[in-house]
Parts: sequence; C-alpha cells; structure tokens
Amino acid sequence: MRIGLTPILLCMAMASATPTVGEEIISALSQNRISITANFDGSEIFIYGAVKREAPVVDGDLGIIITVVGPFEPTLVRRKDRIFGIWVNANAFNIDTAPTFYAIASSAPLKEILHESESVRNQIPIEEKIEAASSAESQSFVSALVRIREKQGLYSELPDMVDLRSDTLFGTHIALPANLVEGEYTATVYVTRDGTIVDKQESKIDVQKVGLERWIYTLAHQQPLAYGLLAVLLATFTGWAASVVFRRI
Amino acid sequence: MQIYLPIAEVSVNALLLLGLGGVVGILSGMFGVGGGFLMTPLLFFIGIPPTIAVATEANQIVASSVSGALAHFRRRSLDILMGLILVAGGVIGAAIGVQVFALLKAAGQVDTLVRIGYVVLLGIIGSLMLIESVRAIRRTHQDSTPLRKLHQHNWIHGLPFKIKFRSSGLYISAIPPLLIGAMVGVLAAIMGVGGGFIMVPAMIYILGMPTKVVIGTSLFQITFVTAFTTVLHATTNQTVDIALAFLLFLGGVVGAQIGARLGVKLPAEQLRVFLAIIVIGVCGKLAMDLLLQPSELYSLGDRL
Repeated sequence: MRIGLTPILLCMAMASATPTVGEEIISALSQNRISITANFDGSEIFIYGAVKREAPVVDGDLGIIITVVGPFEPTLVRRKDRIFGIWVNANAFNIDTAPTFYAIASSAPLKEILHESESVRNQIPIEEKIEAASSAESQSFVSALVRIREKQGLYSELPDMVDLRSDTLFGTHIALPANLVEGEYTATVYVTRDGTIVDKQESKIDVQKVGLERWIYTLAHQQPLAYGLLAVLLATFTGWAASVVFRRI
Repeated sequence: MQIYLPIAEVSVNALLLLGLGGVVGILSGMFGVGGGFLMTPLLFFIGIPPTIAVATEANQIVASSVSGALAHFRRRSLDILMGLILVAGGVIGAAIGVQVFALLKAAGQVDTLVRIGYVVLLGIIGSLMLIESVRAIRRTHQDSTPLRKLHQHNWIHGLPFKIKFRSSGLYISAIPPLLIGAMVGVLAAIMGVGGGFIMVPAMIYILGMPTKVVIGTSLFQITFVTAFTTVLHATTNQTVDIALAFLLFLGGVVGAQIGARLGVKLPAEQLRVFLAIIVIGVCGKLAMDLLLQPSELYSLGDRL
C-alpha cells in the first residue's frame, strides 16, 4: 500500500517544494495565565503541539524552536571597581531595552536547525533581543546582563529540550522562576526545514500578581501615603496586641 | 514554606524569616537592645535588597518599640517634654536621611554606603561592648567601683533656649536634645535602626538625664521617629514591605519574651561578651564583602 502510493506522494511533494512546504503549526499552552500569589515559588508551562501537513512528509531536517519572552524594560547595569580598597559601584551603562525573561528551547542545537542569517533576522538569540548603543564598553555590560539573568534563571537556552516525535508531535517544559516580572509574555513556536523557518505561531501568557499580593503592590505604588500609614498602623496594632497577649501569659 | 514578598519581589522561606525574627528577638529580649542593628545586616545576608531591608526594618521597629513605650507611659517613667523635643529633632533628621537615601539609591550607592555604615557602627558597638563587659567581669573580682560625680556642669549649660524638664529634673538648652534626636533620625532613615544604643548613652552622659526615665523616653522617641521614617520611605522610595515586616515581627515578639526570661537566669556579663562577639562577627562578614573582590563585578540597577 505504502509502496504503491510513494510515486504519487513524491509528485505531490515536489509540486509543493516551494519555501513554504505546507507545514503548519498547531500549538497550545498548559496555561496562559500565571498568578503570582503569596506562596508563588515559580511555575512551569508546558508548550505542546503538532506539525500539520496537507502533504506528506518532505525531505530535509525538521526543527522545532520554542521561545518565551517576557516584557521588555530598559535596564541599568553597574560595574564595581576598587576604590580605596573597597569594591564600589563605579561605572554604569544603560541598556535601552532587554527582555526581563527569555527562554529558548529547541529540538536540536540551534545552529543545526537554523541558519545564522535566519536566526538574526528573526531575533532568536538573546543578544539580538537586547538593544544597547554599541561602544567598546557596551559589549561587556550586555554580556554581564545575560550572565546575571542566566544565573537568576531568567534567561535560559535549552537545546535538545523540545521533545519531537515522528517529526510531528512536539512539547517542552519551560520553567518560570519566582522572580518573574509582571506583564505579557509571548510564547512562539517556530518550525524549520533545513535551517529555514517555515511557520511560526505565537500565544500570549499573562503574568499577574493576584489577591493580597496585587493589593499590597498596587497600594504601595499608587497610594504610597495610605500604604505608609497602614504599615505604621499595622505595626502599632501588632506591637500593642503582642504586649497584651504576653502580659496574660 | 516559601513566601513571595510583594514589594521586595523575591521569594523567601517564611520559616527563615520567622526564625531570624526569633533569634534577634531573643537577643533583644536578653540585652534590652532594639535589634535593628543586627536584623538589617542579617536581611542583607539572606538576599533582601538593602533598600528594602532598611525601610522595612524601620517599620518593624515601630512594632517592637510601641509596647515598651506604652508600658513606660503607664508607669510615667518617661520625660514627655524631652521626648517631644527628641522626636522633633528625629523628624528633621529622618526627613534629611530619607532624601539622602533616595539620592544614594538613584546613584546606585545605597548598598555600599549602608554596608560601610554598618561596618563602622557594629565595629564601634561590638568593641565597646567587649571592652566594657571584660572590664565588668574583672571588676566583680576586684570589687572596687570608682565613684563618679552624679551631676556635672558642662558646656551644655551655656547654650541658649533653656527649658525646664520636670520629670528629668533638668534645666538645659533645647539644642542638644534636638541635635541628638536629629542624629538618631538620620540613622533610622539610612541604616534602619532605632538608634537607642546611641540615644541612651547620649541622654545619660551628655544631657545628664536620670537613668529611670532614659529607657522610656528613648522608646518614646524611637516609636514616633521610626513611624515617621516608615511613612517617608513608603512615599519617597516605595521600599517598605509590610509582609516582610510582619513576619519578622511575629518571630521577634515571641523571641523577645523568651529572651527576657532567659536573660534573668543567665549570667549577664558573660552574655554581654557573647553579644559583643556576634556583633563583631556580623561586622567582620560585612567588611569582608566590601574588601574581597566579588565573584560578580556587575549588578543590575533597581527597576524603575
């Protein structure tokens, strides 16, 4: 049966052997809302899906790349220097914008499934996501930013972490650490053939403080006077209550 | 049990915070010190940003000093007029301190300067305590205490704006208490300490106040000045974390009760040596952090 069909399939494949080979992504997220609650200790999202084909499987190496990017923010990076024997923040460099979170998972090492030019054009590597005035000094500050955020679990590169089955089904887990910045996160799934991106699909993830955390944070930043008075009132009350309780014991 | 601190925006172990509050509480209960000067550097060690640690500690001190102040108020063992002048000075000092703090924060120098401040402060307190307690231990063996003049007339009595302080039995200028209050206010705002360890000796030795009203008056000043500092930090720097303050206080209040009971049973002089060693240890750790080359020279600035 299979053997009999092969010539026809080959013809169909060749007919559609244009850059878009008719491969589409259907993907989904395990959750598109992350709530930062009082006991928030990081989270994990599962991104999964399938490569949908109208035509049979074509030749060429298939690759899946999944990125999750957090809100962009300008960031100040400081460098310590030794002044009078003490290590003090001396130089600072302003990075115009950088993602507060960036994870990139792929079904094989990135270089093997994505051309360099294609990678840069689609801003896939972390360095491409960071915008900073280029100077002799800027490079060291940018790489320090990447290094620090990698250590904090905010930036990560996860080659081979996308599980790809029968060139069709894929899935990966992305860990979100506890120190997440609030905002809209974007998960993007790319499918590549021989180093070229054939299709991509984006989905949004909403990261929000909720409940008491939300309330405290909003009050502190929007009504700082009321918040300060509340802090004092709460402290006075607990201090007084504690003295009453312990006088009885 | 992890807890996410809403303002500090870090996730820490709630039991660690309760324990830290408890240990510092035990020490403050045993020795009758506020504990702010130990708590703030310990918060640095567990990864709370110094800007948050200092402001939040001011808030916690409100809670831990208010009950003491109330108790002294009921017993009338405080000089309210003197307290009010110290508070006035403290408010001015705290206002200046919070502005300085905001400038330092913008310049990215809070961490370093607060740490240097602590090295100096803890170094002085620790060594004075050690010398004093070693002397006291020797003295108990020799059993001869030199007499000191109770009331001396010094330069303080030459200053203008003299006021009669009935509870203290003093007739002195308002300027020295105002200045002492202001200095304590600056310390509260920049370092996150109550400042009792400076105010109490200053009241006894500089102002010549009788010992029986000193502690109450000091707590009175600390309660109001740290409350004012908390509000000012909240409005200027948005760095007060209510959740952090609350957990530290819960641990602290239980610790203080245990400490107060332990303190009665254990030998006071030896305990003082023990506290001095802890203070010097914390000072040493902070000094090392400043002097040794950090493994990461770069850091990310505060988010805007």
